[in-house]
Amino acid sequence: MSRALQRRENIAGYLFMLPSLIFFLGFVIIPMFICIITSLTNTNMHDPGMFGGFIGLTNFANLFQDEVFLKGLKNTFVIVIVSVPTVCAFSLWVSSAIYKLKGPLLSAFRCIFYLPVVTGSVAVTVVWKWMYDNYNGILNGVLTGTGILEKGVNWLGDPRTALWCIILILFTTSVGQPIVLYVSALGNVDQTLVEAAQVDGATDLQVFWKIKWAQMMPTTLYILVITTINSFQCFALIQLLTQGGPNHSTDTVMYYIYYTAFKLTEQAGHFGYANAMGVVLAIFIGALSAIQFKLAKEK
Amino acid sequence: MKIENPRSRAYRIFSLILLIILAFLFLFPLYWIITGAFKPAQDIYNPKPVWWPTDWVVNNFSNLFTKRTAPLFSIFGMEGPTAPAAFRWLINTVFMSVMAMILTCITAAMAGYALAKKRFAGRAIIFSLIVCAMALPKQVILIPLLKEMSALKLYDSLWAVIFPTVGWPFGVFLMKQFSESIPGEILEATRIDGASEAKTFMTVVLPMVKPGIGALAIFTFINSWNDYFMQLVMLPSGNNFTMPLGIASLQAETSIDMGLLMAGAALASVPIIVVFLMFQKYFTQGITMGAVKG
Repeated sequence: MSRALQRRENIAGYLFMLPSLIFFLGFVIIPMFICIITSLTNTNMHDPGMFGGFIGLTNFANLFQDEVFLKGLKNTFVIVIVSVPTVCAFSLWVSSAIYKLKGPLLSAFRCIFYLPVVTGSVAVTVVWKWMYDNYNGILNGVLTGTGILEKGVNWLGDPRTALWCIILILFTTSVGQPIVLYVSALGNVDQTLVEAAQVDGATDLQVFWKIKWAQMMPTTLYILVITTINSFQCFALIQLLTQGGPNHSTDTVMYYIYYTAFKLTEQAGHFGYANAMGVVLAIFIGALSAIQFKLAKEK
Repeated sequence: MKIENPRSRAYRIFSLILLIILAFLFLFPLYWIITGAFKPAQDIYNPKPVWWPTDWVVNNFSNLFTKRTAPLFSIFGMEGPTAPAAFRWLINTVFMSVMAMILTCITAAMAGYALAKKRFAGRAIIFSLIVCAMALPKQVILIPLLKEMSALKLYDSLWAVIFPTVGWPFGVFLMKQFSESIPGEILEATRIDGASEAKTFMTVVLPMVKPGIGALAIFTFINSWNDYFMQLVMLPSGNNFTMPLGIASLQAETSIDMGLLMAGAALASVPIIVVFLMFQKYFTQGITMGAVKG
Protein backbone atom coordinates (compact mmCIF):
# COMPACT_ATOMS: atom_id res chain seq x y z
CA MET A 1 0.00 0.00 0.00
CA SER A 2 1.34 3.43 -0.89
CA ARG A 3 2.05 5.88 1.90
CA ALA A 4 -0.71 8.28 0.89
CA LEU A 5 -3.20 5.46 0.82
CA GLN A 6 -2.03 4.21 4.23
CA ARG A 7 -2.46 7.70 5.62
CA ARG A 8 -5.97 7.81 4.23
CA GLU A 9 -6.72 4.41 5.83
CA ASN A 10 -5.35 5.63 9.16
CA ILE A 11 -7.39 8.80 9.20
CA ALA A 12 -10.57 7.06 8.13
CA GLY A 13 -9.98 4.25 10.63
CA TYR A 14 -9.47 6.60 13.56
CA LEU A 15 -12.44 8.75 12.64
CA PHE A 16 -14.70 5.72 12.54
CA MET A 17 -13.27 4.47 15.85
CA LEU A 18 -13.43 7.84 17.60
CA PRO A 19 -17.00 7.96 18.98
CA SER A 20 -16.77 4.45 20.29
CA LEU A 21 -13.29 4.97 21.74
CA ILE A 22 -14.42 8.04 23.67
CA PHE A 23 -17.03 5.99 25.51
CA PHE A 24 -14.82 2.92 25.84
CA LEU A 25 -11.80 4.77 27.22
CA GLY A 26 -13.86 7.19 29.28
CA PHE A 27 -16.23 4.78 30.96
CA VAL A 28 -14.47 1.41 30.91
CA ILE A 29 -10.70 1.88 30.79
CA ILE A 30 -10.42 4.96 33.02
CA PRO A 31 -12.59 3.44 35.80
CA MET A 32 -10.43 0.34 35.59
CA PHE A 33 -7.37 2.43 36.31
CA ILE A 34 -9.18 4.30 39.08
CA CYS A 35 -10.05 0.92 40.54
CA ILE A 36 -6.46 -0.29 40.52
CA ILE A 37 -4.96 2.96 41.78
CA THR A 38 -7.47 3.60 44.57
CA SER A 39 -7.07 0.03 45.79
CA LEU A 40 -3.65 1.18 47.01
CA THR A 41 -5.07 4.18 48.89
CA ASN A 42 -7.34 4.89 51.84
CA THR A 43 -9.82 6.95 49.81
CA ASN A 44 -13.24 7.36 51.36
CA MET A 45 -16.55 7.46 49.50
CA HIS A 46 -17.27 10.98 50.75
CA ASP A 47 -13.85 12.44 50.02
CA PRO A 48 -14.15 15.24 47.50
CA GLY A 49 -10.99 14.14 45.68
CA MET A 50 -10.57 10.99 43.66
CA PHE A 51 -7.48 9.69 45.45
CA GLY A 52 -6.67 9.70 49.15
CA GLY A 53 -3.43 8.80 50.86
CA PHE A 54 -1.23 6.08 49.44
CA ILE A 55 -1.05 3.08 51.77
CA GLY A 56 0.56 0.44 49.57
CA LEU A 57 -0.82 -3.05 49.78
CA THR A 58 -2.42 -2.55 53.22
CA ASN A 59 -5.93 -2.98 51.79
CA PHE A 60 -5.00 -6.32 50.28
CA ALA A 61 -3.30 -7.48 53.47
CA ASN A 62 -6.39 -6.53 55.46
CA LEU A 63 -8.67 -8.29 53.02
CA PHE A 64 -7.25 -11.69 53.72
CA GLN A 65 -7.77 -11.20 57.42
CA ASP A 66 -11.32 -9.97 56.99
CA GLU A 67 -13.54 -12.88 57.97
CA VAL A 68 -16.58 -11.53 56.18
CA PHE A 69 -14.60 -11.20 52.97
CA LEU A 70 -13.23 -14.71 53.29
CA LYS A 71 -16.72 -16.05 53.92
CA GLY A 72 -17.94 -14.12 50.87
CA LEU A 73 -15.11 -15.56 48.82
CA LYS A 74 -16.02 -19.06 49.96
CA ASN A 75 -19.70 -18.54 49.10
CA THR A 76 -18.79 -17.08 45.72
CA PHE A 77 -16.73 -20.16 44.96
CA VAL A 78 -19.54 -22.46 46.08
CA ILE A 79 -21.89 -20.64 43.71
CA VAL A 80 -19.42 -20.85 40.82
CA ILE A 81 -18.47 -24.48 41.41
CA VAL A 82 -22.09 -25.61 41.68
CA SER A 83 -23.70 -23.45 39.02
CA VAL A 84 -21.16 -23.52 36.19
CA PRO A 85 -21.15 -27.31 35.60
CA THR A 86 -24.90 -27.68 36.18
CA VAL A 87 -25.71 -24.82 33.82
CA CYS A 88 -23.44 -26.27 31.14
CA ALA A 89 -24.70 -29.84 31.50
CA PHE A 90 -28.34 -28.81 31.67
CA SER A 91 -28.17 -26.51 28.66
CA LEU A 92 -26.29 -29.13 26.66
CA TRP A 93 -28.96 -31.71 27.44
CA VAL A 94 -31.86 -29.34 26.64
CA SER A 95 -30.23 -28.23 23.40
CA SER A 96 -29.55 -31.73 22.17
CA ALA A 97 -33.15 -32.66 22.96
CA ILE A 98 -34.65 -29.68 21.11
CA TYR A 99 -32.31 -28.83 18.23
CA LYS A 100 -33.94 -31.28 15.82
CA LEU A 101 -37.50 -30.14 16.58
CA LYS A 102 -39.58 -28.28 14.00
CA GLY A 103 -38.95 -24.52 13.73
CA PRO A 104 -41.79 -23.03 15.79
CA LEU A 105 -41.49 -25.67 18.51
CA LEU A 106 -37.75 -25.06 18.73
CA SER A 107 -38.24 -21.30 19.03
CA ALA A 108 -40.91 -21.81 21.66
CA PHE A 109 -38.62 -23.88 23.87
CA ARG A 110 -35.70 -21.53 23.32
CA CYS A 111 -37.85 -18.54 24.28
CA ILE A 112 -39.21 -20.21 27.39
CA PHE A 113 -35.77 -21.01 28.73
CA TYR A 114 -34.64 -17.48 27.90
CA LEU A 115 -37.62 -15.74 29.53
CA PRO A 116 -36.20 -15.57 33.07
CA VAL A 117 -33.29 -13.52 31.68
CA VAL A 118 -35.60 -11.11 29.90
CA THR A 119 -37.96 -10.79 32.84
CA GLY A 120 -35.19 -9.01 34.71
CA SER A 121 -33.48 -9.77 37.97
CA VAL A 122 -35.70 -7.54 40.10
CA ALA A 123 -39.04 -8.95 38.90
CA VAL A 124 -37.67 -12.50 39.08
CA THR A 125 -36.31 -11.97 42.57
CA VAL A 126 -39.50 -10.41 43.88
CA VAL A 127 -41.64 -13.32 42.71
CA TRP A 128 -39.19 -15.92 44.02
CA LYS A 129 -39.17 -14.16 47.36
CA TRP A 130 -42.88 -14.70 47.53
CA MET A 131 -42.62 -18.31 46.39
CA TYR A 132 -40.01 -19.03 49.08
CA ASP A 133 -42.04 -17.21 51.72
CA ASN A 134 -42.33 -18.96 55.04
CA TYR A 135 -46.10 -18.46 55.51
CA ASN A 136 -47.81 -17.93 52.17
CA GLY A 137 -45.13 -19.08 49.74
CA ILE A 138 -46.15 -21.63 47.17
CA LEU A 139 -43.16 -23.88 47.82
CA ASN A 140 -44.14 -24.53 51.42
CA GLY A 141 -47.79 -24.64 50.38
CA VAL A 142 -47.21 -27.43 47.90
CA LEU A 143 -44.69 -29.36 49.97
CA THR A 144 -46.83 -29.41 53.12
CA GLY A 145 -50.03 -29.86 51.14
CA THR A 146 -48.73 -33.04 49.50
CA GLY A 147 -47.27 -34.24 52.78
CA ILE A 148 -43.63 -34.21 51.67
CA LEU A 149 -42.78 -31.84 54.48
CA GLU A 150 -44.48 -31.85 57.83
CA LYS A 151 -44.15 -28.13 58.34
CA GLY A 152 -42.90 -25.30 56.21
CA VAL A 153 -39.20 -24.48 55.92
CA ASN A 154 -37.98 -20.92 56.29
CA TRP A 155 -36.06 -21.22 53.04
CA LEU A 156 -34.33 -17.87 52.98
CA GLY A 157 -34.04 -17.49 56.74
CA ASP A 158 -32.14 -20.68 57.37
CA PRO A 159 -28.38 -20.55 56.83
CA ARG A 160 -28.47 -24.16 55.60
CA THR A 161 -30.88 -23.51 52.73
CA ALA A 162 -30.48 -19.80 51.87
CA LEU A 163 -27.46 -20.12 49.57
CA TRP A 164 -29.05 -23.05 47.71
CA CYS A 165 -32.21 -21.06 47.14
CA ILE A 166 -30.12 -18.33 45.56
CA ILE A 167 -28.23 -20.82 43.41
CA LEU A 168 -31.53 -22.20 42.13
CA ILE A 169 -32.74 -18.76 41.01
CA LEU A 170 -29.35 -18.01 39.50
CA PHE A 171 -29.60 -21.29 37.61
CA THR A 172 -32.96 -20.41 36.05
CA THR A 173 -31.62 -17.04 34.91
CA SER A 174 -28.36 -18.49 33.54
CA VAL A 175 -29.34 -21.28 31.15
CA GLY A 176 -31.02 -19.13 28.49
CA GLN A 177 -27.95 -17.94 26.64
CA PRO A 178 -26.06 -21.27 26.72
CA ILE A 179 -29.10 -23.03 25.24
CA VAL A 180 -29.27 -20.58 22.34
CA LEU A 181 -25.55 -21.07 21.73
CA TYR A 182 -25.61 -24.87 21.95
CA VAL A 183 -28.63 -25.16 19.66
CA SER A 184 -26.82 -23.21 16.99
CA ALA A 185 -23.55 -25.09 17.55
CA LEU A 186 -25.32 -28.45 17.24
CA GLY A 187 -26.91 -27.28 14.01
CA ASN A 188 -23.47 -26.41 12.65
CA VAL A 189 -21.86 -29.77 13.38
CA ASP A 190 -20.41 -31.21 10.19
CA GLN A 191 -23.05 -33.73 9.09
CA THR A 192 -20.71 -35.64 6.75
CA LEU A 193 -18.55 -36.61 9.73
CA VAL A 194 -21.62 -37.77 11.64
CA GLU A 195 -22.84 -39.85 8.70
CA ALA A 196 -19.40 -41.33 8.09
CA ALA A 197 -19.19 -42.39 11.73
CA GLN A 198 -22.67 -43.91 11.59
CA VAL A 199 -21.76 -45.89 8.49
CA ASP A 200 -18.73 -47.18 10.39
CA GLY A 201 -21.14 -48.42 13.04
CA ALA A 202 -20.65 -45.81 15.78
CA THR A 203 -23.40 -45.66 18.42
CA ASP A 204 -25.30 -42.43 19.10
CA LEU A 205 -23.32 -41.92 22.27
CA GLN A 206 -20.01 -42.34 20.46
CA VAL A 207 -21.09 -39.95 17.73
CA PHE A 208 -22.01 -37.44 20.39
CA TRP A 209 -18.76 -37.53 22.35
CA LYS A 210 -16.27 -38.17 19.59
CA ILE A 211 -17.69 -35.81 16.97
CA LYS A 212 -20.27 -33.35 18.21
CA TRP A 213 -18.70 -32.63 21.59
CA ALA A 214 -15.28 -32.18 19.99
CA GLN A 215 -16.66 -29.79 17.38
CA MET A 216 -18.54 -27.78 19.96
CA MET A 217 -15.50 -27.21 22.16
CA PRO A 218 -15.18 -23.47 21.31
CA THR A 219 -18.86 -22.95 22.19
CA THR A 220 -18.46 -24.86 25.44
CA LEU A 221 -15.45 -22.77 26.32
CA TYR A 222 -17.32 -19.53 25.67
CA ILE A 223 -20.25 -20.77 27.76
CA LEU A 224 -17.94 -21.74 30.62
CA VAL A 225 -16.36 -18.31 30.60
CA ILE A 226 -19.59 -16.29 30.49
CA THR A 227 -21.28 -18.48 33.09
CA THR A 228 -18.28 -18.15 35.39
CA ILE A 229 -18.29 -14.37 35.03
CA ASN A 230 -22.03 -14.20 35.65
CA SER A 231 -21.86 -16.42 38.71
CA PHE A 232 -19.01 -14.40 40.17
CA GLN A 233 -21.01 -11.24 39.75
CA CYS A 234 -24.15 -12.57 41.41
CA PHE A 235 -25.45 -9.48 43.16
CA ALA A 236 -29.09 -8.49 42.63
CA LEU A 237 -30.41 -11.75 44.05
CA ILE A 238 -28.39 -11.33 47.23
CA GLN A 239 -29.13 -7.66 47.70
CA LEU A 240 -32.87 -8.10 47.23
CA LEU A 241 -33.41 -11.44 48.96
CA THR A 242 -31.11 -11.87 51.92
CA GLN A 243 -28.64 -8.98 52.07
CA GLY A 244 -25.92 -11.47 52.84
CA GLY A 245 -27.83 -12.95 55.77
CA PRO A 246 -28.67 -14.98 57.72
CA ASN A 247 -25.34 -14.81 59.54
CA HIS A 248 -23.33 -14.03 56.36
CA SER A 249 -24.33 -17.38 54.89
CA THR A 250 -25.15 -15.76 51.53
CA ASP A 251 -22.51 -13.02 51.41
CA THR A 252 -20.69 -12.92 48.10
CA VAL A 253 -17.68 -10.84 47.14
CA MET A 254 -19.78 -8.66 44.84
CA TYR A 255 -22.32 -7.96 47.54
CA TYR A 256 -19.60 -7.20 50.07
CA ILE A 257 -17.98 -4.74 47.65
CA TYR A 258 -21.28 -2.88 47.40
CA TYR A 259 -21.85 -3.10 51.14
CA THR A 260 -18.37 -1.80 51.92
CA ALA A 261 -18.57 1.09 49.49
CA PHE A 262 -22.06 2.24 50.46
CA LYS A 263 -23.02 1.04 53.87
CA LEU A 264 -19.82 1.28 55.87
CA THR A 265 -18.97 4.84 55.00
CA GLU A 266 -18.45 6.01 58.58
CA GLN A 267 -14.99 4.46 58.58
CA ALA A 268 -12.19 5.83 56.46
CA GLY A 269 -10.67 4.09 53.50
CA HIS A 270 -13.62 2.06 52.37
CA PHE A 271 -13.71 3.19 48.79
CA GLY A 272 -10.13 2.01 48.41
CA TYR A 273 -10.94 -1.16 50.32
CA ALA A 274 -13.93 -1.94 48.09
CA ASN A 275 -11.80 -1.43 45.01
CA ALA A 276 -9.12 -3.73 46.39
CA MET A 277 -11.81 -6.41 46.54
CA GLY A 278 -12.75 -5.58 42.96
CA VAL A 279 -9.16 -6.10 41.88
CA VAL A 280 -9.01 -9.46 43.68
CA LEU A 281 -12.29 -10.53 42.08
CA ALA A 282 -11.03 -9.54 38.63
CA ILE A 283 -7.82 -11.49 39.19
CA PHE A 284 -9.78 -14.59 40.20
CA ILE A 285 -12.03 -14.35 37.16
CA GLY A 286 -9.09 -13.74 34.84
CA ALA A 287 -7.20 -16.71 36.29
CA LEU A 288 -10.21 -19.00 35.99
CA SER A 289 -10.84 -17.99 32.39
CA ALA A 290 -7.19 -18.61 31.58
CA ILE A 291 -7.33 -22.08 33.16
CA GLN A 292 -10.47 -22.90 31.21
CA PHE A 293 -8.82 -21.79 27.97
CA LYS A 294 -5.79 -23.90 28.73
CA LEU A 295 -7.80 -27.01 29.57
CA ALA A 296 -9.88 -26.62 26.44
CA LYS A 297 -6.79 -26.17 24.27
CA GLU A 298 -5.21 -29.35 25.63
CA LYS A 299 -8.27 -31.36 24.62
CA MET B 1 -34.30 -42.54 6.90
CA LYS B 2 -32.69 -44.48 9.67
CA ILE B 3 -34.88 -47.00 11.46
CA GLU B 4 -35.10 -46.07 15.09
CA ASN B 5 -34.70 -48.77 17.64
CA PRO B 6 -37.35 -48.86 20.37
CA ARG B 7 -34.94 -47.84 23.10
CA SER B 8 -33.90 -44.56 21.54
CA ARG B 9 -37.54 -43.90 20.66
CA ALA B 10 -38.50 -44.40 24.31
CA TYR B 11 -35.68 -42.08 25.33
CA ARG B 12 -36.90 -39.43 22.90
CA ILE B 13 -40.43 -39.53 24.24
CA PHE B 14 -39.19 -39.50 27.81
CA SER B 15 -36.96 -36.48 27.20
CA LEU B 16 -39.76 -34.62 25.45
CA ILE B 17 -42.06 -35.15 28.41
CA LEU B 18 -39.33 -34.00 30.79
CA LEU B 19 -38.75 -30.94 28.62
CA ILE B 20 -42.41 -29.99 28.71
CA ILE B 21 -42.46 -30.28 32.51
CA LEU B 22 -39.33 -28.13 32.72
CA ALA B 23 -40.81 -25.58 30.36
CA PHE B 24 -43.81 -25.24 32.67
CA LEU B 25 -41.50 -24.79 35.66
CA PHE B 26 -39.56 -22.09 33.84
CA LEU B 27 -42.75 -20.30 32.87
CA PHE B 28 -44.20 -20.56 36.33
CA PRO B 29 -42.58 -17.46 37.96
CA LEU B 30 -43.93 -15.31 35.15
CA TYR B 31 -47.37 -16.89 35.48
CA TRP B 32 -47.21 -16.24 39.22
CA ILE B 33 -46.30 -12.57 38.69
CA ILE B 34 -49.16 -11.96 36.30
CA THR B 35 -51.87 -13.83 38.18
CA GLY B 36 -50.51 -12.46 41.47
CA ALA B 37 -50.91 -8.93 40.18
CA PHE B 38 -54.66 -9.51 39.78
CA LYS B 39 -55.31 -11.57 42.90
CA PRO B 40 -57.35 -10.20 45.81
CA ALA B 41 -55.65 -10.08 49.20
CA GLN B 42 -57.33 -13.21 50.56
CA ASP B 43 -55.81 -15.26 47.72
CA ILE B 44 -52.38 -13.79 48.25
CA TYR B 45 -52.22 -14.42 51.98
CA ASN B 46 -53.79 -17.85 51.76
CA PRO B 47 -51.19 -20.34 53.01
CA LYS B 48 -52.72 -22.89 50.61
CA PRO B 49 -51.67 -22.01 47.07
CA VAL B 50 -54.42 -20.39 44.99
CA TRP B 51 -53.57 -21.46 41.43
CA TRP B 52 -56.08 -19.22 39.70
CA PRO B 53 -57.37 -15.90 41.11
CA THR B 54 -60.79 -16.44 42.71
CA ASP B 55 -61.65 -12.95 41.53
CA TRP B 56 -59.70 -10.75 39.09
CA VAL B 57 -59.17 -7.38 40.76
CA VAL B 58 -57.19 -4.32 39.74
CA ASN B 59 -56.67 -2.76 43.14
CA ASN B 60 -53.06 -3.96 43.29
CA PHE B 61 -52.43 -1.67 40.35
CA SER B 62 -54.43 1.20 41.81
CA ASN B 63 -52.47 0.83 45.08
CA LEU B 64 -49.26 0.94 43.10
CA PHE B 65 -50.33 4.07 41.24
CA THR B 66 -51.61 5.98 44.26
CA LYS B 67 -48.84 4.95 46.63
CA ARG B 68 -46.32 7.38 45.26
CA THR B 69 -46.53 10.26 42.84
CA ALA B 70 -43.91 12.14 40.90
CA PRO B 71 -43.82 14.71 38.12
CA LEU B 72 -44.30 12.85 34.87
CA PHE B 73 -41.04 14.22 33.48
CA SER B 74 -38.56 16.99 34.16
CA ILE B 75 -36.47 18.52 31.42
CA PHE B 76 -34.16 21.49 32.03
CA GLY B 77 -35.86 22.17 35.35
CA MET B 78 -39.35 22.19 33.87
CA GLU B 79 -41.60 19.63 35.46
CA GLY B 80 -44.50 17.77 33.95
CA PRO B 81 -47.89 17.21 35.58
CA THR B 82 -47.97 15.08 38.72
CA ALA B 83 -48.65 11.46 37.91
CA PRO B 84 -48.22 8.05 39.56
CA ALA B 85 -44.52 7.50 40.18
CA ALA B 86 -44.67 4.21 38.30
CA PHE B 87 -45.37 6.11 35.07
CA ARG B 88 -42.35 8.29 35.66
CA TRP B 89 -40.24 5.16 36.26
CA LEU B 90 -41.51 3.68 33.04
CA ILE B 91 -40.71 6.85 31.08
CA ASN B 92 -37.24 6.98 32.62
CA THR B 93 -36.55 3.35 31.81
CA VAL B 94 -37.71 3.68 28.22
CA PHE B 95 -35.68 6.87 27.73
CA MET B 96 -32.58 5.26 29.24
CA SER B 97 -32.85 2.05 27.21
CA VAL B 98 -33.66 3.79 23.92
CA MET B 99 -30.82 6.29 24.30
CA ALA B 100 -28.33 3.56 25.21
CA MET B 101 -29.56 1.53 22.26
CA ILE B 102 -29.24 4.34 19.69
CA LEU B 103 -25.82 5.50 20.87
CA THR B 104 -24.48 1.96 21.08
CA CYS B 105 -25.68 1.07 17.60
CA ILE B 106 -24.17 4.18 15.99
CA THR B 107 -20.78 4.00 17.71
CA ALA B 108 -20.47 0.21 17.47
CA ALA B 109 -21.44 0.04 13.78
CA MET B 110 -18.78 2.63 12.93
CA ALA B 111 -16.07 1.08 15.09
CA GLY B 112 -16.90 -2.48 14.06
CA TYR B 113 -16.58 -1.53 10.41
CA ALA B 114 -13.26 0.20 11.00
CA LEU B 115 -11.87 -2.77 12.93
CA ALA B 116 -12.98 -5.26 10.31
CA LYS B 117 -12.14 -3.42 7.11
CA LYS B 118 -9.71 -0.58 7.76
CA ARG B 119 -6.04 -1.42 8.06
CA PHE B 120 -5.09 1.50 10.29
CA ALA B 121 -2.06 1.54 12.57
CA GLY B 122 -2.79 0.34 16.12
CA ARG B 123 -5.82 -1.66 15.08
CA ALA B 124 -4.53 -4.90 16.60
CA ILE B 125 -3.81 -3.24 19.94
CA ILE B 126 -7.25 -1.65 20.14
CA PHE B 127 -8.94 -4.91 19.28
CA SER B 128 -7.05 -6.93 21.87
CA LEU B 129 -7.86 -4.26 24.47
CA ILE B 130 -11.53 -4.68 23.60
CA VAL B 131 -11.41 -8.47 23.91
CA CYS B 132 -9.60 -8.27 27.25
CA ALA B 133 -12.10 -5.75 28.62
CA MET B 134 -14.96 -8.07 27.68
CA ALA B 135 -13.55 -10.83 29.83
CA LEU B 136 -13.43 -8.58 32.86
CA PRO B 137 -16.33 -8.34 35.29
CA LYS B 138 -18.39 -5.31 34.36
CA GLN B 139 -19.64 -4.74 37.86
CA VAL B 140 -16.19 -4.33 39.35
CA ILE B 141 -15.72 -0.98 37.62
CA LEU B 142 -19.05 0.40 38.85
CA ILE B 143 -17.80 1.71 42.18
CA PRO B 144 -14.89 3.64 40.63
CA LEU B 145 -17.26 4.75 37.88
CA LEU B 146 -19.43 6.36 40.51
CA LYS B 147 -16.58 8.65 41.59
CA GLU B 148 -15.88 9.53 37.99
CA MET B 149 -19.53 10.34 37.35
CA SER B 150 -19.74 12.59 40.36
CA ALA B 151 -16.59 14.38 39.20
CA LEU B 152 -18.28 14.87 35.81
CA LYS B 153 -21.48 16.08 37.56
CA LEU B 154 -23.42 13.28 35.90
CA TYR B 155 -24.05 11.28 39.06
CA ASP B 156 -27.75 10.75 39.77
CA SER B 157 -28.75 11.41 36.18
CA LEU B 158 -29.83 8.85 33.60
CA TRP B 159 -26.71 9.66 31.53
CA ALA B 160 -24.59 8.08 34.24
CA VAL B 161 -26.25 4.79 33.33
CA ILE B 162 -26.37 5.37 29.58
CA PHE B 163 -22.73 6.28 28.91
CA PRO B 164 -21.08 3.22 30.50
CA THR B 165 -23.57 0.99 28.68
CA VAL B 166 -22.48 2.57 25.40
CA GLY B 167 -18.83 2.16 26.35
CA TRP B 168 -19.14 -1.56 27.00
CA PRO B 169 -17.16 -3.16 24.15
CA PHE B 170 -19.44 -6.11 23.38
CA GLY B 171 -21.26 -4.10 20.71
CA VAL B 172 -18.06 -3.23 18.88
CA PHE B 173 -17.03 -6.86 18.97
CA LEU B 174 -20.40 -8.00 17.63
CA MET B 175 -20.41 -5.42 14.82
CA LYS B 176 -16.87 -6.40 13.85
CA GLN B 177 -18.08 -9.99 13.43
CA PHE B 178 -20.89 -8.83 11.16
CA SER B 179 -18.69 -6.43 9.19
CA GLU B 180 -16.15 -9.13 8.40
CA SER B 181 -18.59 -10.60 5.89
CA ILE B 182 -18.70 -7.46 3.73
CA PRO B 183 -16.84 -8.37 0.53
CA GLY B 184 -13.73 -6.25 0.06
CA GLU B 185 -14.37 -5.99 -3.69
CA ILE B 186 -17.56 -4.02 -3.17
CA LEU B 187 -15.78 -1.52 -0.93
CA GLU B 188 -12.98 -1.30 -3.45
CA ALA B 189 -15.42 -0.67 -6.28
CA THR B 190 -17.24 2.13 -4.44
CA ARG B 191 -13.92 3.75 -3.67
CA ILE B 192 -12.84 3.65 -7.28
CA ASP B 193 -16.18 5.24 -8.16
CA GLY B 194 -15.03 8.16 -6.04
CA ALA B 195 -17.45 7.80 -3.12
CA SER B 196 -16.31 9.43 0.12
CA GLU B 197 -15.70 7.30 3.23
CA ALA B 198 -18.88 8.60 4.85
CA LYS B 199 -20.93 7.83 1.76
CA THR B 200 -19.47 4.33 1.46
CA PHE B 201 -20.38 3.69 5.07
CA MET B 202 -23.94 4.96 4.74
CA THR B 203 -24.85 3.41 1.40
CA VAL B 204 -22.81 0.20 1.28
CA VAL B 205 -21.78 -0.85 4.77
CA LEU B 206 -24.90 -0.04 6.78
CA PRO B 207 -27.36 -1.97 4.59
CA MET B 208 -25.08 -5.01 4.74
CA VAL B 209 -24.74 -5.08 8.53
CA LYS B 210 -28.41 -4.38 9.19
CA PRO B 211 -29.06 -7.77 10.85
CA GLY B 212 -26.15 -7.08 13.18
CA ILE B 213 -27.54 -3.69 14.12
CA GLY B 214 -30.93 -5.28 14.75
CA ALA B 215 -29.36 -7.85 17.04
CA LEU B 216 -27.28 -5.28 18.88
CA ALA B 217 -30.25 -2.93 19.28
CA ILE B 218 -32.47 -5.51 20.92
CA PHE B 219 -29.61 -6.85 23.01
CA THR B 220 -28.66 -3.43 24.34
CA PHE B 221 -32.27 -2.45 24.95
CA ILE B 222 -33.00 -5.50 27.10
CA ASN B 223 -29.69 -5.46 28.97
CA SER B 224 -29.93 -1.80 29.74
CA TRP B 225 -33.55 -2.14 30.92
CA ASN B 226 -32.56 -4.90 33.31
CA ASP B 227 -29.16 -3.67 34.52
CA TYR B 228 -30.24 -3.28 38.11
CA PHE B 229 -26.83 -2.98 39.74
CA MET B 230 -25.71 -0.11 37.55
CA GLN B 231 -28.99 1.74 38.12
CA LEU B 232 -28.78 1.12 41.85
CA VAL B 233 -25.29 2.57 42.07
CA MET B 234 -25.83 5.56 39.78
CA LEU B 235 -29.37 6.72 40.62
CA PRO B 236 -29.67 7.08 44.38
CA SER B 237 -32.19 9.86 44.92
CA GLY B 238 -35.46 8.61 43.50
CA ASN B 239 -35.95 11.49 41.05
CA ASN B 240 -34.62 9.33 38.29
CA PHE B 241 -35.76 5.92 39.44
CA THR B 242 -36.14 3.29 36.78
CA MET B 243 -38.68 0.49 36.81
CA PRO B 244 -36.36 -2.08 38.43
CA LEU B 245 -35.23 0.45 41.05
CA GLY B 246 -38.80 1.49 41.78
CA ILE B 247 -39.92 -2.09 42.34
CA ALA B 248 -36.87 -2.76 44.49
CA SER B 249 -37.59 0.29 46.63
CA LEU B 250 -41.24 -0.74 47.06
CA GLN B 251 -40.00 -4.15 48.07
CA ALA B 252 -37.74 -2.70 50.72
CA GLU B 253 -40.61 -0.62 52.11
CA THR B 254 -43.57 -2.96 51.95
CA SER B 255 -42.15 -6.41 51.82
CA ILE B 256 -45.50 -7.80 52.89
CA ASP B 257 -47.79 -6.38 50.20
CA MET B 258 -47.12 -9.09 47.64
CA GLY B 259 -50.04 -8.08 45.41
CA LEU B 260 -48.61 -4.58 45.01
CA LEU B 261 -45.16 -5.99 44.31
CA MET B 262 -46.51 -8.37 41.69
CA ALA B 263 -48.31 -5.50 39.98
CA GLY B 264 -45.01 -3.62 39.90
CA ALA B 265 -43.09 -6.66 38.68
CA ALA B 266 -45.67 -7.19 35.92
CA LEU B 267 -45.34 -3.56 34.86
CA ALA B 268 -41.55 -3.85 34.81
CA SER B 269 -41.32 -7.13 32.94
CA VAL B 270 -44.27 -7.38 30.54
CA PRO B 271 -43.16 -4.52 28.22
CA ILE B 272 -39.66 -5.92 27.89
CA ILE B 273 -40.96 -9.45 27.32
CA VAL B 274 -43.21 -8.18 24.52
CA VAL B 275 -40.23 -6.42 22.91
CA PHE B 276 -38.19 -9.59 23.24
CA LEU B 277 -40.85 -11.79 21.65
CA MET B 278 -41.26 -9.36 18.77
CA PHE B 279 -37.57 -9.31 17.93
CA GLN B 280 -36.39 -12.67 19.20
CA LYS B 281 -35.12 -13.75 15.79
CA TYR B 282 -32.54 -10.95 15.79
CA PHE B 283 -31.75 -11.67 19.38
CA THR B 284 -30.79 -15.30 18.83
CA GLN B 285 -28.65 -14.25 15.90
CA GLY B 286 -26.85 -11.65 17.99
CA ILE B 287 -26.08 -14.05 20.81
CA THR B 288 -24.68 -16.59 18.38
CA MET B 289 -22.60 -14.13 16.37
CA GLY B 290 -21.17 -12.58 19.53
CA ALA B 291 -19.86 -15.96 20.55
CA VAL B 292 -18.18 -16.99 17.32
CA LYS B 293 -14.47 -16.99 17.91
CA GLY B 294 -15.35 -15.55 21.31
